[in-house]
Amino acid sequence: MSGVLVVVEHRSGDGSLTRVSREALAAGQVLAKQLGSECFAAVLGENTAALAGALSGQRLAKVYAVDHPLLQQYTADAYTSGLEQIVARLAPEYVVFPHTYQVRDFAPALATRFGEVLISDVIAIRDGPVFVRQLFQGKLNADYTHTGGGPCFVSIQAGAFRADAVEAAESPAGIEALAVTLDPQQIRTRPSAPFRESAHTVDLAAAPVIVSVGRGIREQENLALVQALADALGAELAASRPICDAGWLPMERQVGSSGQTVSPKLYLAIGISGAIQHLVGMKGSKSVIAINKDENAPIFEVADYGVAADLFEIVPALTQAVLAAKT
Amino acid sequence: MKMIVAIKQVPERDAQLAIAPDGKWINEADLAYTINEPDAYALEEALQLKEKHGGEVIALCAGPERVTSTLREALAKGADRAIHIAADDLAQRDTLAQARLLANAIRAEAPDLILTGLQSDDLGLGQTGVVLAELLGIPHASLILQVEATDAGLRVKRELEDGWFQQVEMPLPALLTMQSGGNKLRYATLMGIKKAKSKPTATIPAEALAGEPAVAITRVYVPEKQKHTQMLRGTPAEIAAQLVEKLRNEVHVL
Repeated sequence: MSGVLVVVEHRSGDGSLTRVSREALAAGQVLAKQLGSECFAAVLGENTAALAGALSGQRLAKVYAVDHPLLQQYTADAYTSGLEQIVARLAPEYVVFPHTYQVRDFAPALATRFGEVLISDVIAIRDGPVFVRQLFQGKLNADYTHTGGGPCFVSIQAGAFRADAVEAAESPAGIEALAVTLDPQQIRTRPSAPFRESAHTVDLAAAPVIVSVGRGIREQENLALVQALADALGAELAASRPICDAGWLPMERQVGSSGQTVSPKLYLAIGISGAIQHLVGMKGSKSVIAINKDENAPIFEVADYGVAADLFEIVPALTQAVLAAKT
Repeated sequence: MKMIVAIKQVPERDAQLAIAPDGKWINEADLAYTINEPDAYALEEALQLKEKHGGEVIALCAGPERVTSTLREALAKGADRAIHIAADDLAQRDTLAQARLLANAIRAEAPDLILTGLQSDDLGLGQTGVVLAELLGIPHASLILQVEATDAGLRVKRELEDGWFQQVEMPLPALLTMQSGGNKLRYATLMGIKKAKSKPTATIPAEALAGEPAVAITRVYVPEKQKHTQMLRGTPAEIAAQLVEKLRNEVHVL
């Protein structure tokens, strides 16, 4: 077949295509255009007819519907084996995934079966093709090229491509059902249904102003400084993962890929370096102010206003100034 | 339970990185190194499992001589012994080649459980654990926060996206990639540091690199800014006044 095969994910609830999957489709279409070849999509599940039908409205050479009872609930063993069969049969040049937790769980093993290495968490694709990834928590970028002889496996970072950039088809793409052979004996793990820990009492997504704190705060006792600023601004207090990992703030106040995604009017980042996992949760904010002692911290790449100074000097001064401005 | 913790040594988080003259990696000289943080959580989980169920914890790390400092730290925290795969050419080995080095060392030990961090703070590919499980032909689960031993093997708590979790059960031997935050990390005690001196570290040579890598880094560079950032300077009071002005007139939240 050659060309680009995009493997999409759907929501377990209503079976609709996830946003990151639409972004991966956009990336696949861009890559196919660069290569002068065609873009295909594959959807795996137990009954994918409706989703395959929806996908056929996009500019794709073909949509592959891969149905099997063992693909209904995700397991690494079923997905790796199922996709190994699909990739071997279709022989695409490139296989593109959204960089989700699920993909991270099986795509490295899938690539290994072809003697290949997944180029994961890609933020841009340039002519070549050259795949751009972030290194050192976003401090540096790297250009990666595929040098292996087999298919090239790539996963796309959330937000790197625009979901609304997916090109629609002039006439619907054909849908082809592909059968895979899976045996229950192959499945070595037994997953439970997903669950949530506690009722979410904090809805950071609805907060117009968020004051968020990271490692730079150093000690739990110092959180009072940031809380005082949040109170002065009438803001919700949030944090990057290390603060919640340490138990200093509850997990539900975490912003980032493993926490909440927010887009407030103002996001004030205090002592946050701006690791990729954090930035994906807040880069949609209308305005970002960052206070961090390291001028090279990646947080300044997404900030409108930056203060490269000691937060222990700046935050109390700012709290006072805000309170004075309000009276 | 016999456990191996696969650890990576990475530059310290606030290290000032400089790009190497060939533009394909960073200058490694004069950097301070530490344990990759998710791997520290993998080590902590192994130590806690040993405290509950007994067994042995082996710390495993591939890299040049400098990585032995990270292995010594793992011994000081409570690992029983260490294995150092001596390799000066890790940067030339892609994920698959690095995982093969680890897999060969692990096969010789035949552990019940292999733990590692979900990703590294340097390359951030997030793949070594999953590739390792595939090479070893054992089941795995990724992004794990809690581990419980059962009669049939393990029950683990796996993080999903958007605040969801799931339990996964699997037989042993198995491999887990650990998410941060499931446990509190311990510090090495003075006693631990003392004891570490008498704990064995085996050094095994890395096999010569076979074949060409599947992926290559062609250029490393400082990312272009996504936004034009206006840096505010002055005394704390001056900066606070400038920020208040922005909050009022530009951001409109005051």
